[in-house]
Amino acid sequence: AHDFRRKSDDSEDTELRFITCQSLWNQIKSETEEIQEDLNKQLLDNLLNFLSRSHSEFQEKTTEWTCKMKFREIPTAALVLGVNVTDHDLTFRGLSDILQDSITPYIALLEAKDCPGIKNLMQKLMGQLMNCDIDVDTLEDEDCVQVSQNRIRCSMSSLISWYESVTKKTDSETPSKKRNSSSRHWKSPPVVVIFKDMESFTTKVLQDFIVISSQHIHELPLVLIFGIATSPMIIHRLLPHSVSSLLCIELFQSISCKEHLSTIIDKLLLTSRFPFKLGEKVLQVLINIFLYHDFSVQNFIKGFQLCIVEHFYSQPLSVLCCQLVDVKKRVISLSHEQCENIRRLPSFRRYVEKQEAGKQIALLTNDTFLKEDTERLLEDLHVYHENYVSILRCLHVFTSSLPKYPLGKQIRELHCACLENRVWETEEYESSLQLARMLNKTDLVTMLQQCVEILTSSSGKQFHKTVEKLKEFLTQFQNLEAEASQERDVSVLSQKELQKKTDLYHLQKTLLELKESRRSKKLTKFEMLRFEVVDYIDSLVRKYLVPADDRTLHEIMYFNAATVLRGHLNAAPRTALHTALNNPHWYLKNQALKCDGGSISNKAPDICIVYKLHLECGRLINLVDWLEAFSTVVTAAEEPNAVAASSDQMDDIIHARFIRAVSELELLGFIKPSKQKTDHVARLTWGGC
Amino acid sequence: MSGPEGTRSGRRSLQVKFVPDEEVLRHITDDSGTKVRKDKAQLSVSVKRFVKKLEDISDNEAQEILGEKNYVAALGICAQDPVGNGANISGGEVYSFQTPKRSSKMAELASELAQTPEKDVVPDHSKCPEKMAKTPQSSSNFMWAEIVWKCNLKKKEFLSTTPYRLRKRLAAPDPCLESESEYSASCSEEEDEEDQKEVSTALSGQKTPGQTKQTKAASTPPPRNSLVKKTKEEKMGNLVEEYFEAHSSSKVLTSDRTLQKLRKRRLNQQTLRDLLKKAPLAYAAEIRDLNKQHESLFSKWMLQLHLGFNIVLYGLGSKRDLLEKFRTSLLQDSVHLVVNGYFPSITVRSILNSITEEVLDYLGTFRSPLDQLEFIIKRFKEDSSLELYVLIHNLDSQMLRGERSQQILAQLSSLPSIYLIASIDHINAPLMWDQAKLSLYNWLWYETTTFSPYVEETSYENSLLVQQSGSLALSSLMHVLHSLTLNARGIFRLLAQHQLEKKDNPSYPGLSFQDFYQQCREAFLVNSDLTLRAQLTEFRDHKLIRTKRGADGVEYLLIPVDDSTLTHFLEKENEDV
Repeated sequence: AHDFRRKSDDSEDTELRFITCQSLWNQIKSETEEIQEDLNKQLLDNLLNFLSRSHSEFQEKTTEWTCKMKFREIPTAALVLGVNVTDHDLTFRGLSDILQDSITPYIALLEAKDCPGIKNLMQKLMGQLMNCDIDVDTLEDEDCVQVSQNRIRCSMSSLISWYESVTKKTDSETPSKKRNSSSRHWKSPPVVVIFKDMESFTTKVLQDFIVISSQHIHELPLVLIFGIATSPMIIHRLLPHSVSSLLCIELFQSISCKEHLSTIIDKLLLTSRFPFKLGEKVLQVLINIFLYHDFSVQNFIKGFQLCIVEHFYSQPLSVLCCQLVDVKKRVISLSHEQCENIRRLPSFRRYVEKQEAGKQIALLTNDTFLKEDTERLLEDLHVYHENYVSILRCLHVFTSSLPKYPLGKQIRELHCACLENRVWETEEYESSLQLARMLNKTDLVTMLQQCVEILTSSSGKQFHKTVEKLKEFLTQFQNLEAEASQERDVSVLSQKELQKKTDLYHLQKTLLELKESRRSKKLTKFEMLRFEVVDYIDSLVRKYLVPADDRTLHEIMYFNAATVLRGHLNAAPRTALHTALNNPHWYLKNQALKCDGGSISNKAPDICIVYKLHLECGRLINLVDWLEAFSTVVTAAEEPNAVAASSDQMDDIIHARFIRAVSELELLGFIKPSKQKTDHVARLTWGGC
Repeated sequence: MSGPEGTRSGRRSLQVKFVPDEEVLRHITDDSGTKVRKDKAQLSVSVKRFVKKLEDISDNEAQEILGEKNYVAALGICAQDPVGNGANISGGEVYSFQTPKRSSKMAELASELAQTPEKDVVPDHSKCPEKMAKTPQSSSNFMWAEIVWKCNLKKKEFLSTTPYRLRKRLAAPDPCLESESEYSASCSEEEDEEDQKEVSTALSGQKTPGQTKQTKAASTPPPRNSLVKKTKEEKMGNLVEEYFEAHSSSKVLTSDRTLQKLRKRRLNQQTLRDLLKKAPLAYAAEIRDLNKQHESLFSKWMLQLHLGFNIVLYGLGSKRDLLEKFRTSLLQDSVHLVVNGYFPSITVRSILNSITEEVLDYLGTFRSPLDQLEFIIKRFKEDSSLELYVLIHNLDSQMLRGERSQQILAQLSSLPSIYLIASIDHINAPLMWDQAKLSLYNWLWYETTTFSPYVEETSYENSLLVQQSGSLALSSLMHVLHSLTLNARGIFRLLAQHQLEKKDNPSYPGLSFQDFYQQCREAFLVNSDLTLRAQLTEFRDHKLIRTKRGADGVEYLLIPVDDSTLTHFLEKENEDV
């Protein structure tokens, strides 16, 4: 219902843009969810394995289990998830879903903030367990359970009796009735208790819970899962030995958030599947927020979503930011206004200037001609993307193995560098080429093989020749090996001669001779070939990794408003306040406010003057002095035009204005009333000017 | 150099004892081999080092270095294109430590500011040479201080060179003072004292380490190289010292003047409002322009709210009108809830109640806000047609800034069909939220600096200068008292009268129990110690009185209501009786 419409007419395809935006976002969202699932699959499988193992023994009542139970150990999975707390929810949700599906219906998710004491913890635990009971047992006896839940005394024994009754019910019921729900589960499924944020629980609560439940592990097959954000050491720091010895801990490590991000970038940005692209600065902002603020992949995706929305909202031509198959249709249906929009694009203007005069006129006046050309240009852009990604990956194969990573270790860094400007003009690129020229043969061969793989699997069609060429290099390297053995004989021979000379004079002489010969000597065949390979890669880079800003019509696909994004995601409210108070001219474009060099005019808004005055004070501010200073400033500012007003009334007004300004500062948190001295306020900030 | 001929066959073994020619040769030629290409690869030398040190440099480190560079670059983005907000200010400026200030600084700045139109006051250095010793830290401060210093001098001496306007202001009778002569006497005396203290401290080099060090440096300049280093160290040291200096002295270096000395009465809320209405709003046109800019974003907000984001507004100036306009222009036809966060008695509970009662039409009660929240979440999840816009003015107000309230509001806002748009004003408001809450809120930040006065928001504040009408306290007093026996009322009146008699004594601890008992007996209000105690317990339960033990263990009784309210109360009581 709510789209980008600002005006009533639809000349800028707002509706279509909105639909495109939504479908694109939905695609990307499902893609990210898939990625997350894939990445967590390993972890979840391991966990499932562990859970079913820990409980199968209880199932069979084997001696092993009983023997283990003599020590009253609770099987525990320590799940190290990393510091990106915001992403954990998704993992846990996935975990509990998958557990519900395959192992047990009895899952309780506990959070520290709900469990300040052991009583609350038990309450929460039983509430969740019994609720899920209702879900399984259809709704026939909802009332009785509901009532009992409220009345039941929350103790371990009531929990056990509940568990017994539940499992017995499952046993006694006819298999046909229960098949649909519990056939997936074992007869007496384990009770899984997940502590989402183990670090935030109070030690006492955890300890008590573990000790109590270890007493009852015979009757209740409990399994604990600790979600850990820091390091597994925390378990031993939180729990004394006597308690932690009651746990049989197995460690599980989730995928690191950096890897997760790399996969996301790889799948969402470095692909030609999605027409929408991020500009260099925007990507940089998103990555920086990730690396320096939260490590949260969720937030990264949120930022990405915002980029999409902003792009489609603010760029009328983004209607053309769609799959290649739709482009033709959409270009043809462009309105005249949209054509004008195209003509206004800076990159298109540059393009027009390069054309000859006749074509220039046609482009600027004839809409149909323009549309044809636009379509062609957009196709070019798509081809460019396909090639770009493949070559970027090839280049990354080379740069990622160089010492010190002059172009960055991650492909995202390389991507940023390529987007920013012509990468081959940068110093880092130069040095990485130099380093590449020193690679040894085995490395070089494996890299070339990787490149061939990348290029053959890519969708771009004009890589036939490139692949051929690379393969040729590979065969040449192989031939070299055969030649090398022959060459060695020759060199050994010449060296033999040298070995005879022993005295210093002769040595010197030979050295000089050798130097001469070296200077003129050709490089070995391998070196020549290596140069050739590197030069070839260089030529590929120059051809395909042109920064997107140089491409015509890049504005349609690329979102570049980094400042907007930064303002919305990573705002600095304090800075805005600071600017407003110190430099009101920034916002209020009035000449009277214009001032330079840190000071402000005395005509500034009251709050600015009061603020400026209070900066001059120490910890406490005398209100009388403050008021006096304020009225001095204000009367000076108003004197010329306020002679007529009676001074008494003026004074009251100034007094009132002062009160208002001071209470505003109090609201903003700069001062607070102080009891230390009468009629004083305390400063709360330490910022001065 | 030359080794025995016989061992030459085993080149490798020779390495230990001898260095044969060919070995040397090979060594040298190998080296020159790389050097041949050196002209091409300027970096090869460093490259060799990289290769050697490769093990030392962990990948992470290298990446970190690069990342840092990028971050700085990205930070620079803002400086490059300053659009809209004033984000191009370094944190150092905003969060720097405060330098120790003198008490008269404010007055000085004021007169400086007052003078800004005529900037012809040139500081005359030769005139006050001893002042030159104390160079304040920043140049702007320096200017102010000096100019103002001169003003002060002039003020004291009434030099004929004083600018006309300044003199006029000084000479003109100041209506806010009890009497002109008294003020000028006390004021100048004070300033004299202040000044003398300043001079002496500055000369003895004790007051501010920064100042004295600077003067020292000027007198005996140390060698250049160490100077740089030293000043850097000093800078750090100064920061630390300044911080502790600012915090260590319990002594307050402010003048002792109080508002009571001014003739001006404390304004009450109503007169304040009336007065402010008379004062024209400065820069109305510019503020209107600002608001227009913000209003153009309304449809975008709407869109983003619907896409699952929530919106938070920040920036100087009341955002109430803006949100109100948003509400009237776009939310007329949809269910919405406006929360006035600045209202002093707002609670999360009341917010939740209004959702369950008014929006969901559910009249049941809940045991805890969490239960209530769960109920709301359940209802909203069940019924996808339910939509609710929540507008919160001042999400960071006293009542809502608590951890639990924020948690509940965050969970509420994370519902896909609840759209939250809120405003924050406090400088530390973002500290309310940790990562978990931020991800629940899913904020989009919008800077909406409006410069409009916080009229509504501050009207509830217990402002220092505003006289509280106390009508609320009075009515509750009357209400409680009317339900008591006649004797009880008498007891209370006795206490109130006593307190009013002592109202001029600022260190009045309250009426001691024994004295009170005596008085009550004399007035035939109680017959025993016990009855009085029972009565007092009842008062205490209604929070009518407060008891505290003095240093000597005696119990003192006090009515925690301000004097004017008490006077009103007694007047009313007397009417009744």
